[in-house]
Amino acid sequence: MSATDWNDRICTLGPFEPAPGDGFIVCRCVEITQGDVRRAVHDGMFTLHEVRRLLRCGMGLCQGQICGRLVRGIVAKELGVSPTALEEVTARAPMRPVEMRVFGSEEAGA
Amino acid sequence: MNNTADVIIIGAGVIGSATAYYLTRKGHSVIVLEKSPFLGDGGSSRNGGGVRQSGRDPRELPLAMYGVKHLWPGLSEELGMDVEYCQSGNLRLGKTEEHLAILRGLTDRAAACGLGVSMIDAAQARTICPYLSEEVIGASWCPTDGHANPMLVTLAYYRKARANGARFITGQRVQAIQKVRGQARRVVCGDETFEGDTIVLAAGYGSRAIAAGLGIDLPMNTLLMEVLVTEEQPPMFSQMLGTAMADFYGHQSKHGSFVFGGSSGFEAHNRDDGRPVNHSITAPCICRGVMGYFPALAGTKIVRTWAGWLDEMADHIPAIGPVAEVPGLLVGCGFSGHGFGIAPAVGTVLADLAAGDTPPLEVSAFRYDRFKAKL
Repeated sequence: MSATDWNDRICTLGPFEPAPGDGFIVCRCVEITQGDVRRAVHDGMFTLHEVRRLLRCGMGLCQGQICGRLVRGIVAKELGVSPTALEEVTARAPMRPVEMRVFGSEEAGA
Repeated sequence: MNNTADVIIIGAGVIGSATAYYLTRKGHSVIVLEKSPFLGDGGSSRNGGGVRQSGRDPRELPLAMYGVKHLWPGLSEELGMDVEYCQSGNLRLGKTEEHLAILRGLTDRAAACGLGVSMIDAAQARTICPYLSEEVIGASWCPTDGHANPMLVTLAYYRKARANGARFITGQRVQAIQKVRGQARRVVCGDETFEGDTIVLAAGYGSRAIAAGLGIDLPMNTLLMEVLVTEEQPPMFSQMLGTAMADFYGHQSKHGSFVFGGSSGFEAHNRDDGRPVNHSITAPCICRGVMGYFPALAGTKIVRTWAGWLDEMADHIPAIGPVAEVPGLLVGCGFSGHGFGIAPAVGTVLADLAAGDTPPLEVSAFRYDRFKAKL
């Protein structure tokens, strides 16, 4: 039996069925629950990029440092693949939040 | 798996996905091919979310006005997802007489096309948006403009089209469109071939190479634009914002983050490593632009920055419509950084053209072969 080709979005996971733990908040910055992530996958978001773009989990203040592994695990489990089989997501500058007046300054040592 | 459909769409960005949705709504079968592993990975998820009519090329205005009147207001309900459409107007700001002259020119040209846009003074501008710098002396104001969340719009069109039976395939790079008996019909991707009665080419800059295989040149380049996103803030203002000098543009999103786009001035000379990567000088430049108009945001933190390529057409408006030399082929590309706001209207037009129906708007101004040498 060959693995499902999740690139072909005609594949379906069937209707979303609620599960224990769906109420757990996995992304604290944006307040996204396990159920939100599972529902997104059932809605055809088969990549971490699409889940993040839909829910913004991992794009808040901590930039996914807390929820990144959790979300990856949930998406992988729904798709029936290894978490390492999912793509890397892009880390974005700045590495920690920086005030506009600091980021916009060109003065050395400011 | 059946690789044949009424229409094959190349590109699963907001244009391709919207076209797919409107075609499925008419009952047509659709296959959408996307080279990226991810849906909407080009300009569709890398833009400022403007749903603007003001500040547009007059040729684009009918599309923009049609969308704002007929498509955007009901889009969330129609697609079954809140796409965060907010119609609170667009302020384009000026600090000098030269700025106001630019704004007056834009305003006069748009008003002549029937758009409700006018010049307002500093006091009126501050009534609309109390956080403006004291240096602002006037603005143009279009109350029917707005913004929406581009990632949600793209994914909402995808989700609804998919629910209606459209087949989307990611990671499927199109190598060639082939004619059968003089008609565009076959789409070749490596060892897979797809067939459709009509082919819609909506692959952003990637459209150029695919069209070249049929002897059609779409004169466009890529142009990197960069955006920064702030931490969440309490609601401050809901308008879409821009400036006469295009120092920056942006808005506050529904969840509270500000999204500001801009440039450094070196975009034409950026190093191109094959990926849209931020340059260290650009986000600070956008910060200085923003603080120059909104001093109250100086203490607001930036949490992320990102970059994306525009598909910049030679005359800064897209190519939309049929290709005379290749019956059965429609193009929709080269949106030059302002395709998001007109995407629902363009999707409607392309779906009508692909289905053989009469579109609500005439698009001959966007002919692919309008480009002539200067002498």
